[in-house]
Amino acid sequence: MMRLLEYKSKEILVKNGIPIPSSVLVSDLSHASFPLPAVLKAQVPIGGRQKAGGVVEVQTRQEAEAHLQRLLSSEVRGHPVESVLIEERVETTREFYLGITVDTVAKKPIAIFSTEGGIEVEETSKKNPNAVLKRHFPASTGLPEFRAREMISQCGIRGRLLLRLSATLSRLTAIFTRYDATIAEINPLAQTADGKVIALDCHMELDDDALFRHATLASLSQKSKQQKGHSEKGDFEKKAAEIDRLDQRGVAGRLIAFDGDLGLIIGGGGASLTAFDAVLRHEGRPANYCEIGGNPSVLKTKELTKLILSKPGVEKLAVIMNIVSNTRVDLMARGVIKGILESGRVPSETLAVFRIPGAWEEEGFKILRKYGVEYCDRTVSIDEAARIAVEKTRGNL
Amino acid sequence: MAILADANTKIIVQGITGREAVAFTRDMIDYGSKVVAGVTPGKGGQSVYGVPVYDTVLEAVTKHGADASVISVPPTRVRDAAIEALSHGIRLLVLVAERVPRRDTLEILEFAREKDARVIGPNTLGMINPHVVKIGMAGGPVANVKSAYTPGTVAIASRSGGMTTEIANLLTLNGIGQSTCISVGGDPVVGLNFLDLIPLFEEDPGTEAVVLFCEPGGVIEETLAEMVATRGIQTPIVAFVAGRFVDKMPGIRFGHAATIVEGNKGTTSGKIARFREAGIHVAERLDDIVTILKGIL
Repeated sequence: MMRLLEYKSKEILVKNGIPIPSSVLVSDLSHASFPLPAVLKAQVPIGGRQKAGGVVEVQTRQEAEAHLQRLLSSEVRGHPVESVLIEERVETTREFYLGITVDTVAKKPIAIFSTEGGIEVEETSKKNPNAVLKRHFPASTGLPEFRAREMISQCGIRGRLLLRLSATLSRLTAIFTRYDATIAEINPLAQTADGKVIALDCHMELDDDALFRHATLASLSQKSKQQKGHSEKGDFEKKAAEIDRLDQRGVAGRLIAFDGDLGLIIGGGGASLTAFDAVLRHEGRPANYCEIGGNPSVLKTKELTKLILSKPGVEKLAVIMNIVSNTRVDLMARGVIKGILESGRVPSETLAVFRIPGAWEEEGFKILRKYGVEYCDRTVSIDEAARIAVEKTRGNL
Repeated sequence: MAILADANTKIIVQGITGREAVAFTRDMIDYGSKVVAGVTPGKGGQSVYGVPVYDTVLEAVTKHGADASVISVPPTRVRDAAIEALSHGIRLLVLVAERVPRRDTLEILEFAREKDARVIGPNTLGMINPHVVKIGMAGGPVANVKSAYTPGTVAIASRSGGMTTEIANLLTLNGIGQSTCISVGGDPVVGLNFLDLIPLFEEDPGTEAVVLFCEPGGVIEETLAEMVATRGIQTPIVAFVAGRFVDKMPGIRFGHAATIVEGNKGTTSGKIARFREAGIHVAERLDDIVTILKGIL
């Protein structure tokens, strides 16, 4: 899911009629003018900023500049701060929580309202369940204002505050739907001294699979992915992702490096989880996690094999998949063998196990026989294949 | 007996002229499924393995009638195709595509509830009632399906498409046949999930036990444990929970979009503990499913 930075989420709120404090976004120290006193907020795509020192209140310009300099050269919870939102400090009398997400059990979007904003709503929910109201609404229409009024009036809220809160909640459900959000939270939504409501913080995440409907926001996603790629992924994972992009056929690049001697080419998703657990249970030491599937090309499998074998300390390779119907066993066998040969290794010694039964298995097994590789058919379970791989890597078989 | 479909279920394929759809249409026909028509807008008048292709579901339904539709169109077009099928009275949809926008899934399910229809998927390989009917891609070509799936009394529901066939094969190798095998789909929100299926299996006289393949992420398993206890579900359930190592790596996304652990929610250890409390059998190794079933049946 793509988490929007606070300022971007707030742009969406304003555009849809939800008020926010006046503010200015800065990415360097040059001559920005801003109101004082102010709140400086590091723009990072992660929660818990306040506790990590990413939010500070300032009274004077001098103070503001000092903190700006510090924030812009720091990281908040592992994310480098590239911009800071300077917001007017708003005097508030009361704070509320508004949240929208999908209830995966009911399979409906759900609106959540609490009279106790500003803190963890889950905590409030446990301690004082009556203070947290929830209501499902249709994904196609959002929550109409009258429904929001029915909901919020249960808390004993009356008058203009009821109207303002209901309108805000209803608008937030419309935003949730319109922008294909998976989470849209305003926390806190504050009541000001003159009785208005204003969104002090906002957390929005959008559905990656719906970004094709939101071209402008999608371009932000590209940028943030590149930044993430530098900070979070190691070389091994990055190279694997490059292999996956070699062509369109199949998935072969989702790798996570571990510190072991047994390289894994495993798939599809469910079988990868199963095989990895099984290797650990037999006390094997995986060199990597991996998910392969969707009938990857010989080229992809070959390159992936080479990448894993190039990892220092990798002694053997285990190839384990569930019974395949779409992926072809012969193409997998060809890719793995080619990769081993091009790494200057001997297939029969390097392959601890090859267990892919299913489509085109006869052709696949023929290739493996030619290179003297032992293979397993569907009578050998994923668990047993993992055991064989671990034993062989230890030199016990 | 089994659930959801039988030998007389009339099936259409939306997006039938696509490469994948052509292949699984042939596989379904070879297996004995009644594929009565296909729909690809703009390609009406063609045929795929003798199955007539129409421009609209309306034409297909008017000429042939249909109970089920396999929707094999790109993710951006799934909503439109599903609403079209539901609008013309089709009561069982199989949504094959991965990466369907969440909102589209929710809107499809909303409309399906109005129409009293059932949806499998998205991100599913479909379902198989062994030797009777196969709807979707599950199992692949007929020879493969026949060697992995055999008729019997154990149902399978799996969050992984590939593992549906893997588990069926494991049971078949050990002389245990299956009633209905469903790949429920890998997304966080799918149509028929474990919570919907267990009551259907409970009512099915042809199902004596159910095997579930579970993954990290989401709270469906935890909710199922509650449901089994409160409703007094009698059908024995054997669950295998894959991806136990994921508990130690919170926040990293594995496999299906659903496989993400957030905080304390959705961990495999949590799911296993809830299952045990509710009297659901938990298989430590995949192979243990067989031992447990043999003790039950």
